[in-house]
Amino acid sequence: MPVNPLVEELRLDEYKYGFRDEVEYVFKARPGLDEEIVRQISEQKGEPEWMLKLRLKALKHALSRPWPTWGGDLSGLKFDEIYFYIKPTEGVSHSWDDVPETIRRTFERLGIPEQERRILAGVGAQYESEAVYHSLKKEWEAKGVIFKSMDEGLRDHEDLVRQYFGTVVPYNDNLFAAVNTAVWSGGSFVYVPPGVKVELPLQAYFRINAEAMGQFERTLIIVDEGAQVQYIEGCTAPVYQRSSFHSGVIEIIVKDGARCRYTTIQNWSRNVYNLVTQRAKVGREGVMEWVDGNLGSKLTMKYPSVYLMGEGARGEVLSIAYAGPGQHQDAGGKAIHLAPYTSSRIVSKSISKGSGRASYRGLLKVAPEAHHAKSNVECDALLLDEEARTDTYPYIEIEADHVEIGHEATVSKIGDEQLFYLMSRGLSEDEAATMVVRGFIEPIAKELPLEYAVELNRLIELEMEGSVG
Amino acid sequence: MAEPLLQIENLHAVVADEGLEILRGVDLAVPAGQIHAIMGPNGSGKSTLAKVIAGHPAYEVTDGDIRYAGDSILELEPDERARRGIFLAFQYPVEIPGVSIANFLRTALQAQRGEEVDVFEFAEELERTLQMLGMDPSFAERAVNDGFSGGEKKRNEILQLAMLKPRLAVLDETDSGLDIDALKIVAEGVNRLKAERPEMTVLLITHYQRLLNYIRPDVVHVMVEGRIVRSGGPELALELEERGYDWIRSETVGAGAA
Repeated sequence: MPVNPLVEELRLDEYKYGFRDEVEYVFKARPGLDEEIVRQISEQKGEPEWMLKLRLKALKHALSRPWPTWGGDLSGLKFDEIYFYIKPTEGVSHSWDDVPETIRRTFERLGIPEQERRILAGVGAQYESEAVYHSLKKEWEAKGVIFKSMDEGLRDHEDLVRQYFGTVVPYNDNLFAAVNTAVWSGGSFVYVPPGVKVELPLQAYFRINAEAMGQFERTLIIVDEGAQVQYIEGCTAPVYQRSSFHSGVIEIIVKDGARCRYTTIQNWSRNVYNLVTQRAKVGREGVMEWVDGNLGSKLTMKYPSVYLMGEGARGEVLSIAYAGPGQHQDAGGKAIHLAPYTSSRIVSKSISKGSGRASYRGLLKVAPEAHHAKSNVECDALLLDEEARTDTYPYIEIEADHVEIGHEATVSKIGDEQLFYLMSRGLSEDEAATMVVRGFIEPIAKELPLEYAVELNRLIELEMEGSVG
Repeated sequence: MAEPLLQIENLHAVVADEGLEILRGVDLAVPAGQIHAIMGPNGSGKSTLAKVIAGHPAYEVTDGDIRYAGDSILELEPDERARRGIFLAFQYPVEIPGVSIANFLRTALQAQRGEEVDVFEFAEELERTLQMLGMDPSFAERAVNDGFSGGEKKRNEILQLAMLKPRLAVLDETDSGLDIDALKIVAEGVNRLKAERPEMTVLLITHYQRLLNYIRPDVVHVMVEGRIVRSGGPELALELEERGYDWIRSETVGAGAA
């Protein structure tokens, strides 16, 4: 029986990003979350006093706030075992040659410098708590685009950061936003001046290397009037016995007539708790699109949100979640309509296999002033076997008149007839199942950048090995 | 004389879950390059026979054998049978949303050949085949059977038949649910393929004689209650059309009792 060479190659290494490096860190805080740790982080960064104050306020809130009782099982996440800050290098490099060799090799293995040369306008690479590399092509720099690590952004553009930081996701928004605000480190600061259209994507790549590591990147993207930008983030980590913790906060401001697409391909190893807050505020006639792929992690709780603030604003959330054995993907999206003639679309596709559990959790809210709002929510779940599980939690609050709302949810199982049909054309059972799954996610996969679509297909092929029958 | 391409001997098969016997000793020999039709009333086991030949997991063979090109295929998975050149055109083709026909066909060809199929070569072949079958090139860009009309689904089966070039094509009630125009188109497709590849062997499963007005079989078999009870030339189909299945059923039952 002929075997797809790609599948054969991948079978050797189930999670191919699971390798780890031996690195000597510049600074490693002791595990745990308390005031001393927060002060250490702030001191390492030499940041302004107002930021330290904000961190401490957020810390107080985080330590007193009860943990969520909904979503996933967080009982395995213990703050006193997590390293909240590890500084890998002295500072951000702007040339790969200046990045320490071990770390550079890791990013080369992940294909980042190569992609940067070919298809990206700029790249940021974060290792543990800090960005180790950030670069934007000259062409865009000349047009006034800013793409830096968040720490550099704070240093070089303090006024802008101070004006917007925490305005989209306040420190007390939720427990994990509070934790992030207290210990944030790394992430990107992006500013696109009015009317500038950045044609190639910016990409940030997040790598956790240490065991029991906590990574808390903070990203702030401001797309000024009529401007456009596309931002992609990817994430991987080694496989360890002990859990790691990733909790980013992404704030995006899409001004009038501007457009932003933010794509995530999250492929953390299966010992990572991935608890992320992503939110965008969208001005008049602005467009925000979240494309969210959750493939890895032990537990993900993540609901990219669009706050449609200006008349005619539009928001989209397209998400794919894959929950393999032992994984729980609690994902979805939120659309909050706060102005007339706003529109939103949430499309969620989830696949679960074995003891894997994929949940859709979504909120659609239309405020009284948002007359003539339009929204469509579609969530489809595909179960690969009898054991797999899916749940849907759609919350809908409509307070305006003259609105158009659609909601559709489907659950399907890979059918014996589908498999037999494809097998009767010569496909093996695994190939047949892979084809059904690929078809299922196709409407979202086609929105991904090519490299990621290929990656997603490879992952699915890998996951489908021996998954049926 | 060489063994027929398809040789079925005393084949018994049950529905795997229920143990209900559907095939009760089928004997059938189809020499290479011939067209054979199997006719029979509803519930006679015709479609089950087609699925059992293709290896459908819902049925279990309890006795007898299916030999294809000299070897028993009972132990082979459906995909292995397909790769050896057996093709089943489904009575109810299955929808595969999100997968284009072109992508599906190329994957199937690669599976059959065990090697990469060149994209451009494939595109050319597909275009040529669509043209031969009088189908619009955009057809191959649609998702497999997704939202297709009955006629479109059957034409898609014929397109696959044309592209995959099997040695043995089993057409399971390809005429069912088609109006006369659609039926003609599908039959014409089969005839063209047969003209292009005279070595292709065809087993037509049908309830009605009308398909046989357009595809002329070498041999007609009649199946009743899980067995082939009579075989003859094309004129047998006409006789059935005229006299109905009751005639043959009563004769067979009578013969059995004697």
